[in-house]
Amino acid sequence: MKPFSGTSLTDHALTTGEVLLTYWKVKAEYQWDAGLAMSTYLNGLKQGKLLGIHCPQCRRTLIPPRVFCELCFRPLDQWVELANIGKINTYSVSYVNWDATRRQTPEVPAVIEIDGASPGMGILHLMGEVGDTLEAITRRLKVGTPVQAVWKPDSEREGAITDIRYFRPIG
Amino acid sequence: MGYKNRVAVVGAGLTRFMRRALETPKELAFEAASAALEDAGLTIADIDCVVSVSAPDAFDGVHMKGEYFADGAGAWGKPYMRTYVGGGSGVFSLISGWYHIASGHFDTCLVVAEEKMSAALPHPQGCFNAIYDQFTERPLGVNLLWIFALEMNRYMQTYGIPMETFARVAQKNKRNGMDHPSAQPGIAGDFTIQSILDSEVMVWPVHRQMVSPISDGAGAMVLTSESFARRLSKPPVWIEGVGWNLDTSYWTDRDLCYPTYVEKAARMAYEMAGVTNPRRDIHVAEPYDPFAYKELHHLEGLLLADRGQAPRLAEEGFWDRDTETGIPASPSGGLLGVGNPIAASGVMKLAEIYWQLQGQAGARQVRREVRRGLAQGWGDLMQVGTVVILGK
Repeated sequence: MKPFSGTSLTDHALTTGEVLLTYWKVKAEYQWDAGLAMSTYLNGLKQGKLLGIHCPQCRRTLIPPRVFCELCFRPLDQWVELANIGKINTYSVSYVNWDATRRQTPEVPAVIEIDGASPGMGILHLMGEVGDTLEAITRRLKVGTPVQAVWKPDSEREGAITDIRYFRPIG
Repeated sequence: MGYKNRVAVVGAGLTRFMRRALETPKELAFEAASAALEDAGLTIADIDCVVSVSAPDAFDGVHMKGEYFADGAGAWGKPYMRTYVGGGSGVFSLISGWYHIASGHFDTCLVVAEEKMSAALPHPQGCFNAIYDQFTERPLGVNLLWIFALEMNRYMQTYGIPMETFARVAQKNKRNGMDHPSAQPGIAGDFTIQSILDSEVMVWPVHRQMVSPISDGAGAMVLTSESFARRLSKPPVWIEGVGWNLDTSYWTDRDLCYPTYVEKAARMAYEMAGVTNPRRDIHVAEPYDPFAYKELHHLEGLLLADRGQAPRLAEEGFWDRDTETGIPASPSGGLLGVGNPIAASGVMKLAEIYWQLQGQAGARQVRREVRRGLAQGWGDLMQVGTVVILGK
């Protein structure tokens, strides 16, 4: 088999003008309508409540909520208020930002199974009050660790997932 | 099921994989397509239709980039389509090419996978933020690695898998990659388990040496009908089975420790291929390995190991390239050892199975006899499984 082709560039070639470059910056902005399910969910967050929706056919209580069940493909309208507590399904400890730069103090994203939703039904959020070293965090958090939502005060809530500041371990 | 044509693979070609290539997407596509045609002993005039795959347009900053690089893919004046299922696209490209020919509508199809990730600033990872839900997830300040670290930790904690086992998978693939002519500089090598464990934690439990790199590169394959393949001098390799499946986009509601979508795709492909016992009938595998844990996760979804057992088999050398009793996994070096130009890496995996079956894999040729192998892709919001079974 003959060698494959391809010219691998070095950082040096890019910074010295050895390779010619052209540059373009995108300016893209979007404004999304929250839609049927999310409007109710986000309004719930504004009131300090986590809302799920029940599928009577599948007997599942779903979060994040949707106005249709993707399993039995029926419309849903039985909203249910869920608890402010849950347990950790999984978590991670992030030392990088979206642009691949390093963080000094890590963020701790987690999938949290919400009490009152069907088993395994969770949401993505951040953990807080868990320490700021990998050792401390992995000692404090396990799969199944009970957690509680820490809300922003009423006056600061705006109908967004960030109305919950973070979840903290309890017990 | 009644397909009009049995479909053969008659050629494969790749470019080198690179962190940053001088070549444009059109030029990369041209190099890979030309190499595949040459391997098949055909010219572009023999090609009836062209299929291409490439990841999000956002990497290139070129809208409808499939049309942009189509000339380099040999599509001028021919029926052409780009198909896209995220990271599963590379393996899906052969499925898409397969149904063009299986339908009876075409005798030959050139399949081209191109990826140039390096142009996006400040880092191509940013292009992936838009896969997260814009209401419930993006406002939290997401990054792409979160979702994989979350899945890896769920898998680790469910089965009590030691970090050393994931390092062993990375070590195997990076060693295998040393013999691959496309391997990206700096990616393959003979690393100790300790050096992999000591590599920087990116998003725990994912360490730098357990994640595939950003890459530019392209790959291509030539497919033909049985009657066309019989006229060529080389013995063909057959597409014996294809399968694909999509899980829910509500990923926080899924069972993250098992890839059900891969199992469904695999079962579809096994049924078509008449494979009733995959552990006996599949002799070499190229599971999708953008992360070390993903190779093990996918081997379980492919039913090549019981749930939670792929890590133990890794420790026993069951997936090693020189195994005599196991199933070699990622003998190419995989994405961890060769590189990960997203769509092109799936074609690299398919090409490896093709070369293994042809006995053309050189230093990478597995020790055991191989008559049938599979390649598997995965992508979208961790939700798509794509599987192709090749046999001779």
